[in-house]
Amino acid sequence: MLWVDKYRPKTLDQVMVHQEIAQNLKKLVTEQDCPHLLFYGPSGAGKKTLIMALLRQIFGTSAEKVKVENRNWKVDAGSRTIDLELTTLSSNNHVELTPSDAGFQDRYVVQEIIKEMAKNRPIDTKGKKGYKVLVLNEVDKLSREAQHSLRRTMEKYSASCRLILCCNSSSKVTEAIRSRCLNIRINAPSEEETVKVLEFIGKKENLQLPPGFAARIAEKSNRNLRRAILSFETCRVQQYPFENNQAIPPMDWEEYISEIATDIMKEQSPKRLFQVRGKVYELLINCIPPEIVLKRLLHELLKKLDAELKHEVCHWAAYYEHRMHLGQKAIFHIEAFVAKFMSIYKGFLIATFG
Amino acid sequence: MAPLLQSSQPWVEKYRPKQVKDVAHQDEVVRVLTNTLETSNCPHMLFYGPPGTGKTTTALAIAHQLFGPELYKSRVLELNASDDRGINVVRTKIKNFASVAVGSGQRQGGYPCPPFKIIILDEADSMTEDAQNALRRTMETYSKVTRFFFICNYISRIIEPLASRCAKFRFKPLSEEIMTSRILHICKEEGLSLDSEALSTLSSISQGDLRRAITHLQGAARLFGSTISSTDLIGVSGVIPQQVVEELYVACKSGNFDSANKEVNKIIAEGYPVSQMLSQLFDVVVEADDISDEQKARICKNLAEADKCLVDGADEYLQLLDVTSNTMRALCNMPQEFSFES
Repeated sequence: MLWVDKYRPKTLDQVMVHQEIAQNLKKLVTEQDCPHLLFYGPSGAGKKTLIMALLRQIFGTSAEKVKVENRNWKVDAGSRTIDLELTTLSSNNHVELTPSDAGFQDRYVVQEIIKEMAKNRPIDTKGKKGYKVLVLNEVDKLSREAQHSLRRTMEKYSASCRLILCCNSSSKVTEAIRSRCLNIRINAPSEEETVKVLEFIGKKENLQLPPGFAARIAEKSNRNLRRAILSFETCRVQQYPFENNQAIPPMDWEEYISEIATDIMKEQSPKRLFQVRGKVYELLINCIPPEIVLKRLLHELLKKLDAELKHEVCHWAAYYEHRMHLGQKAIFHIEAFVAKFMSIYKGFLIATFG
Repeated sequence: MAPLLQSSQPWVEKYRPKQVKDVAHQDEVVRVLTNTLETSNCPHMLFYGPPGTGKTTTALAIAHQLFGPELYKSRVLELNASDDRGINVVRTKIKNFASVAVGSGQRQGGYPCPPFKIIILDEADSMTEDAQNALRRTMETYSKVTRFFFICNYISRIIEPLASRCAKFRFKPLSEEIMTSRILHICKEEGLSLDSEALSTLSSISQGDLRRAITHLQGAARLFGSTISSTDLIGVSGVIPQQVVEELYVACKSGNFDSANKEVNKIIAEGYPVSQMLSQLFDVVVEADDISDEQKARICKNLAEADKCLVDGADEYLQLLDVTSNTMRALCNMPQEFSFES
């Protein structure tokens, strides 16, 4: 079992990083009722962990017995019927799904499943009606229509089910939904907190940590706790006992992008552009999301540039990343950015050195 | 065991005014509608205005007051954006409901019960244009037995032929005093204590939207118990603390790209929503008195563009970085045009 899963806090009391939020959440559900919740924050901050711990707090250990299901729906939409297939994770008391996987038909999924949940409400031993919890991931990727239809559905069925929404950026969730939920911001753990967690794991695993080693991992991991723990484990596999100056292996795709950046800086020509294109393709077919590629590339390029060029380059990065969302094929836009950068940099070189 | 559900409802619903005369702050609207209630005759109506100003409340209240609880079900059809509302619904559901004749007006149980039905179309601005066009004829044909109430945020999204068939009512944002008095009323009912600082924070973060204010209040009350401070409210509402915005602004002013970049990274890692950041940065820029109008204009133009990009789904980090760099260039009087663009 990976350490990330092994040391994932199971209850709200075990949480190490967002203790205050966890206590507040606990208070919230002890009154046997909870409002709709919207968790937002960067990835690796602990949103999912908190949600699972919260579910356990509400439903007890039964929330952990989850089964994975591939479910089919037949939705009647006016003149035609739509077939939908989606993977869900469910226990007796909750259902978790990622509606954006259904593409543009996501609104039907959301409505159908909520209605279905409302129909078979759990009844406890005293014959009182309880509620179910629907966990929706990546609500920021839901289409506008789906978000619109959510807002009324949320109110209509609020007696029988509670929604827990989870997303990275709350800007992309409509105001109407945000105002119906209790918004909870999960910030990325600070470096000190990451160090604390790493030391805790080290102690549990009986490892000898050289001083400053955990701090170096934390610094490299960009305030992403999951990544910090993963690279900690990688180091452990690579070499133990740890050495003081042991290198922390960077992600290979990051290495690759920094190579691309060096290539671009060395030569600006159509030929080089063609080579870069091949490398970018390599990244994309390995399922690195294009916006991450672009962001990382910008990061690498910014490290090597003069201040006066930085403004210009970051403007174009933002411009092409936006275009990427409007268009279909990401590669064009990344390539356009690289070409733009080459032209700017060449211009700069000519202006400075003649 | 499934936990029990208390019979608690959102305060927004609990404290929704039941009568037209209780609706806060919309004097003209209330005056016209009270008149309607007396004569029990009304035109088609179009309510528009920002969220949380009482549009839906007014429409529901007047329907209730006209028909009373018994007839309400048979006389009022409430349609909402989430109910599927394409052209098919207009053709079938609305038309069927509209065409049914009703008995002549007899007072039942003290309610006027005028001889018509009401169709309330909430969030009418998200109806498609086709659906709106299909409504035109329906409205006229059945005007004897049916009245339409349209509710929307933006009147410009209602097609002109529909708008011209209705009496329009604009709902204005609530002023601070009205808001405070409503909030204090709720606090008294719920046994909350709120100091004056928290109260003013609440009305400033909700910007005239009473529903938002009440939701924030309830959220804070659930999380933090009966004594609520202004920091609790800020935490619940998703507003970014002013200090963070100031820090970004100062970093922009310093003219150092790397320190600004660090600041942006920090904001993203803290998980603050960037759209909120943009609007708060906008406030800071507009109110700053040490920069020229031209600089402000440059910054605002870029803020608007970035906001559009965010709506299109662009990456938050890159957009904020672009805004920061642009703001820096404006503040430090660097040239607007890029020098190496070919």
